[in-house]
Amino acid sequence: MNRIATTVVAAALLLVLPWVAGNDFYINLASQILIYAIFALSLNLLVGFGGMTSLGHAAYLGIAAYACAWFVTHAGLGQLPAAILALLLTTLTAAVFGVLSLRATGLGFLMITLALGQIVWGMAYRWTDLTGGDNGMKLGARPAPFGIDIAQPVPFYYFSAIAFALSFFCLWRVAHSPFGASLQGSRDQPRRMRMLGHHVWMIQFAAFVMAGFWAGIAGLMYVYYNQFVSPNVLALQQSAEVLLMSILGGASAFSGPIVGAVIITLVKNVVSSYVERWNTLLGAIFVITVIFMPEGLVPGCRRLWRRFRGTGLAKPAAAKIEAKSP
Amino acid sequence: MTGPALQIVGLAKRFGGLPAIQDVSLEVMPGERRLIIGPNGAGKTTLFNLITGDLKPDTGSVRLFGQELLELPTQDRIHLGLARTYQILTLFPRETLVHNVVLALLGLSPTRWNAWQALTGYQAFYDTARAALARVGLADSAERIVTETSYGERRRLELAMALAQQPKILLLDEPLAGLSQEERQSIQALLATIPREVTIVMIEHDMDVALAFAERITVLHYGQVIVEGTRTEVVNDPRTKEVYLGH
Amino acid sequence: MQFWVIQTLNSVALGGLLFLLSSGFSLIFGLMRMPNLAHGAFFMLGAYLGVTAMTASGLTLWWGVLAGGIAVAVFGGFLERFILRALAGNEQGQVLVTLGVSFIVADICLLTWGGDPVPIPAPLALRRPIFFEGLAFPTYRLVVLGLAVVVAVLLHLLINRTRLGAMIRAGVDDMQMARGIGIPVSLLFTVVFCLGAALAGAGGVIGGPIMGAYPGLDADMLPLALVVVILGGVGSLLGAFVGSLIIGFIYNFGTALFPDLAYVILFLPMVLVLVFLPQGLFGRTLR
Repeated sequence: MNRIATTVVAAALLLVLPWVAGNDFYINLASQILIYAIFALSLNLLVGFGGMTSLGHAAYLGIAAYACAWFVTHAGLGQLPAAILALLLTTLTAAVFGVLSLRATGLGFLMITLALGQIVWGMAYRWTDLTGGDNGMKLGARPAPFGIDIAQPVPFYYFSAIAFALSFFCLWRVAHSPFGASLQGSRDQPRRMRMLGHHVWMIQFAAFVMAGFWAGIAGLMYVYYNQFVSPNVLALQQSAEVLLMSILGGASAFSGPIVGAVIITLVKNVVSSYVERWNTLLGAIFVITVIFMPEGLVPGCRRLWRRFRGTGLAKPAAAKIEAKSP
Repeated sequence: MTGPALQIVGLAKRFGGLPAIQDVSLEVMPGERRLIIGPNGAGKTTLFNLITGDLKPDTGSVRLFGQELLELPTQDRIHLGLARTYQILTLFPRETLVHNVVLALLGLSPTRWNAWQALTGYQAFYDTARAALARVGLADSAERIVTETSYGERRRLELAMALAQQPKILLLDEPLAGLSQEERQSIQALLATIPREVTIVMIEHDMDVALAFAERITVLHYGQVIVEGTRTEVVNDPRTKEVYLGH
Repeated sequence: MQFWVIQTLNSVALGGLLFLLSSGFSLIFGLMRMPNLAHGAFFMLGAYLGVTAMTASGLTLWWGVLAGGIAVAVFGGFLERFILRALAGNEQGQVLVTLGVSFIVADICLLTWGGDPVPIPAPLALRRPIFFEGLAFPTYRLVVLGLAVVVAVLLHLLINRTRLGAMIRAGVDDMQMARGIGIPVSLLFTVVFCLGAALAGAGGVIGGPIMGAYPGLDADMLPLALVVVILGGVGSLLGAFVGSLIIGFIYNFGTALFPDLAYVILFLPMVLVLVFLPQGLFGRTLR
């Protein structure tokens, strides 16, 4: 697909969405989707590009959200200093957790990230003096970047759209940089990469920290949107949801996590209005996706499209390579 | 350059109760073409793994132009001028041939840490990569994906990636394995064009090509050096025949 | 003194429960190379099914244990046979599927039994403490410990003295070789998965008088099983036993002494092990 055309169309859609959407509910939903898209893109740096499946990514979203809320409401800091400190704390945690998690690979890595995520959840849940426990923590008011008031849905939506566009842009550049190529190489053939002079551990560690940082950005957006944060945001379920967004959309495609974020957020919001069984549905989507559509929707659809247009028997391997650019 | 390019002293490695390498010592001089032969299980690939750092030895030392390697992680050894090809192809299967070589070039360049510029913007890397591919006769296939190439082409790619790094010492682990007669001769011709700045140590089973290539030969058996010397010396040594035919 | 007696017994009882939970987890992980993230859900499901069987039939706890263990074993069997087997060779896929299943099970339990904790009564005879040397020993806790030891011994005999155990050990050591010498690996997987599930399910009921059955029990237990296995090593029964006792003590004394941070302290040994001993205290490497 012509990259410039896609970008222009996407930007145009983002711009006009509030008019198309109509009422506040859908505009807010769009903001949520954008925030989760950032979250999913951050995780996909690890999962799709790094080949490291983490079940503890919610920790970074949560730490940023809680830290920001705490710095503003309990430490009396201004919004900008609070945001910066929150991001710093999140990135530092990602660095420490990265060192611990990278003591293993594959499933061992997965288990460690899960356990570490649970530690953070446990702290939020039990250390009630600090975090308010189950009652959560409030953020008094949304910030006013450059003096612009984003308390209303439409301005906040544009704020989210800008944050999303910036995050997308940065992560895109990382993925297509020499570092990004090294990261993908380390995913595919770590032993070979070492034999070529690459410092695989350092590459993976750097990716881990970056992913944590961008999840922190999503965390800030989250607490600005909800003006509230509770331990739920740190639960295993949240880490599972964002992982599902990556897998469902397609971890090997850059746009995959975005598609996943759109679908999961929509389904979650729509379903929750009618029925309380979101968890069952989440679990079912997980099972079905992993068994029947492991490569995800975007690569899967691309492959079908290519076959439909008759450009020869597109082998899945070939399809997966092109799938790296949206 | 007076000292040896590669100096191994008293190297030993056991796997549980099994001694894979027992007290191996050898010296390869700069520019030399050394062949390592021995029956299956003699420890040849294990030796390579110990040199590259894929395995840690129990005792012994490995020096590259006088520099002790043993405390260094694999990637650091590569930066000292070591390169290796594998017996079982380890390429990046879903990437193009030129991308494979670019990854090899990046391994030695500080550019590999750049997380902002587009990789495709680094024309110099791609030009160098294409030149490396041309050298092994893969110029026309540069944009093809590895899974779409033949086994012979992939073997050449392994070689291109190693040569692109302009190594001081090149370890070739059965570079001819699985190739047709024609392809073997073609690779043999290619190996002959590698300049003397590169010291080559090769493991091979194909005696015709290997013997034509080798200046000195080390024969390994049960993890020990049985015979070592010039090609003529080793070929005529009765112990060599015994190793291959004896037991 | 009484305090220490109670706490120590509570710790070893919790350790015993954790052993019931994590022995199955460790076996499954060791043989199938896959951490079963539905294991906490198995524990919880067993507890709920057990107490339901007890209230429906009016029978005592031990029948509940049987009911819970068998029911969860059957459920585990279906899960393994029809879903996990479809992903044979794809361990990461299997892990994610077990995660999905854990969400479904947890939600169905919430739907069926509601949000309030369901108490599980201990057998009448075991409710009164045993008095010895002027100290009161909570009887049920002693029983749990005893049960865990019995199960540990039985498992040890199974693994080390039976043909099934030999097959399991072979599979844990070297799967390729085991297949090569004709061990029916698929069947073995199902058997071990059912065994693990049964242990978890039965454990849930046995733990009932101590913990009850409540929504979130699965989320509480799963990380404990993870930590025990990281601590004790994968596939090691001894590791699971020692690890369970260590965690039991830390969790119990931690909760008594530092309630706010107890949950976090629990993970400290795991962190230490990860930094200094990635293969765990007794077992195979986590890599």
